[in-house]
Amino acid sequence: MTPVLEARHIDKFFKKPVEFHVLKDISFQIPPGEFTSIMGKSGSGKSTLLYILSTMDTDYRGELLLKGESLSGKPPNRLSRIRNEHIGFVFQFHYLLGDFSVLDNVMLPARKLARKSEAEIRHDAHEKLKTLHIGHLADKKASRISGGEKQRVAIARALINDPAILMGDEPTGNLDSYNSENVFQIFRQLKEERGLSLLIVTHDEDFARRTDRILEMDDGRIVGGNP
Amino acid sequence: MKQWGLILGIARTHLHTKMKSTVTASLGVTFGIGAYITLVSFMTGLNGMLDSLVLNQTPHIHLYNELEPSDVQPIERSPAFSDDLLRIRSVRPKTGQLKIHNALPILDYLRHDPRVLGATPQLLANIFYLSGSLDLGGQLIGVDIMEEARLSNMADYIVEGSPEDLRNTENGILLGIGLAEKLSLAVGDRVQVATAEGGVFPLKIVGLYQSGLAEIDNARSFAQINTVQRILGKPQNYLTDINIKLHDIGLAVPMARELESQFRLRARDIQEANAQFETGTSIRNLITYAVSVTLLIVAGFGIYNILNMLIYEKMNDIAILKATGFSGNDVRDIFMSQAMLIGLMGGLLGLLIGLGLSHLIDSLPFDTEALPTISTFPVNHNPVYYLIGIAFALLSTFIAGYLPAMRARKIDPVRIIRGN
Repeated sequence: MTPVLEARHIDKFFKKPVEFHVLKDISFQIPPGEFTSIMGKSGSGKSTLLYILSTMDTDYRGELLLKGESLSGKPPNRLSRIRNEHIGFVFQFHYLLGDFSVLDNVMLPARKLARKSEAEIRHDAHEKLKTLHIGHLADKKASRISGGEKQRVAIARALINDPAILMGDEPTGNLDSYNSENVFQIFRQLKEERGLSLLIVTHDEDFARRTDRILEMDDGRIVGGNP
Repeated sequence: MKQWGLILGIARTHLHTKMKSTVTASLGVTFGIGAYITLVSFMTGLNGMLDSLVLNQTPHIHLYNELEPSDVQPIERSPAFSDDLLRIRSVRPKTGQLKIHNALPILDYLRHDPRVLGATPQLLANIFYLSGSLDLGGQLIGVDIMEEARLSNMADYIVEGSPEDLRNTENGILLGIGLAEKLSLAVGDRVQVATAEGGVFPLKIVGLYQSGLAEIDNARSFAQINTVQRILGKPQNYLTDINIKLHDIGLAVPMARELESQFRLRARDIQEANAQFETGTSIRNLITYAVSVTLLIVAGFGIYNILNMLIYEKMNDIAILKATGFSGNDVRDIFMSQAMLIGLMGGLLGLLIGLGLSHLIDSLPFDTEALPTISTFPVNHNPVYYLIGIAFALLSTFIAGYLPAMRARKIDPVRIIRGN
């Protein structure tokens, strides 16, 4: 089966302030429907790797494939489109557009994709919010809801275009244990009920231990978790 | 495929939540455009008035006989001297008549020319106005008063009496208002005029003439042509000038040249006669545009600053938009459309303010002796200036928004997201 995401021999250097080899010959695959977590110390390069995998960082050597299609060397506009269509992203800090309503935030990526009509997108967005138990927040302004709620809205936004993979950069890093557990259960459910592939960078061992596979990173290399 | 609805929607929400900045930036444009419209309407109104003050009293082509030395002296025609260097000192003008030879047939010819709106004969006489022991030099111009009234706005300058009065009165005169004051004369009085030859004629004042130019009003009067011919003791075909008004003023120059060679007369076209007014007009226009462009540049810097600030505040938004699949160009367009919305709103409001102010100026009283026909400030409400104004507004906001928008386009989302 074609892996959802595949990294082949990825190398990355930071040029400033001094040249530094951050990622050293990283290769691994993520099969469909797998819940993978990346762990490692600060500075081990796990977030750097994630941003390369997310196509937002294009300054690397090696090859990146999404559903068997090579993404390396594609023009930025094409990558934006791929990101929009196939990759959902959740950050540590609940990045929502504060001036917009919760519903607008969730709808935005779908409206950008423009594959469905406005009415369908609205319906979908309401559905996603409801599955995450935050349907009642739809018309609130995004800056007026709590941290845990924001993270769930961000997940709903990441899911709106039915992506091939959901990536998270410490999505529970800024949440209390109750909300962390909540977010973990949502991820678990997405994997089990919809077969969604997940790739989550985390510090939280408890969180990582309950995922299907842990990729352990140290000093720019994957040191554990059979890549 | 661009989703302008989506991009404009985001731009509008940004502007809406930053109402204060939006309004400040728009007001910059508003004042720039408002000032431009007001200035340009007023300045071109003034220009138009000053031009018409002079141009309406100037015919498009003026035909007359000029007394000047002959270009070719007789000795130059002689083959006997063709190899010699000829130098003639102290060349004098040939004695000749000021009268236009064959004036009546020329007039007839001109009136049948399709380019000509009208041609009026004139007879210029240098005379003295007598009052007691005082004699004032001046000109008496014989005119066909009804034709003059039809072709120029001469009737506007007759402050007392009317063209019909002059036509209906034997030996009537339209006296310059400066002369009337100097000689203490009013309508109904008689004025004595004397020719250089010495004859004295009494003329009845049927009206007063005020051109607004003192040197004309102090010296010039009008009478019917046959009256002047009688005073000078000249026959019916004695005319010194022919004034021609054309349908298209642009034809004045070529036609003047044509008439010069055709009739061997001097033909002075309007551009030659009023070159200095063209210069004045263009300099006033230059000032207007310099001031307006300065105002708009100031407004442009305001927009530039506010957009820069907005982009700084919206770094997170930009990063999220890019992370969720908006391209750099989409982000650029979002901020460009904010600039353009500011320009459009500010510009339209500026047009309204300009319209209001120019109408206000138009209604202000402006009484001046020099301009008998004007009672309020002259304002030119030309819609073209409104088009230029809104184009200016959009252009300046485009330029002011371009750099910040390009900066937003290049923002690296990873750096923002990881920087937190």
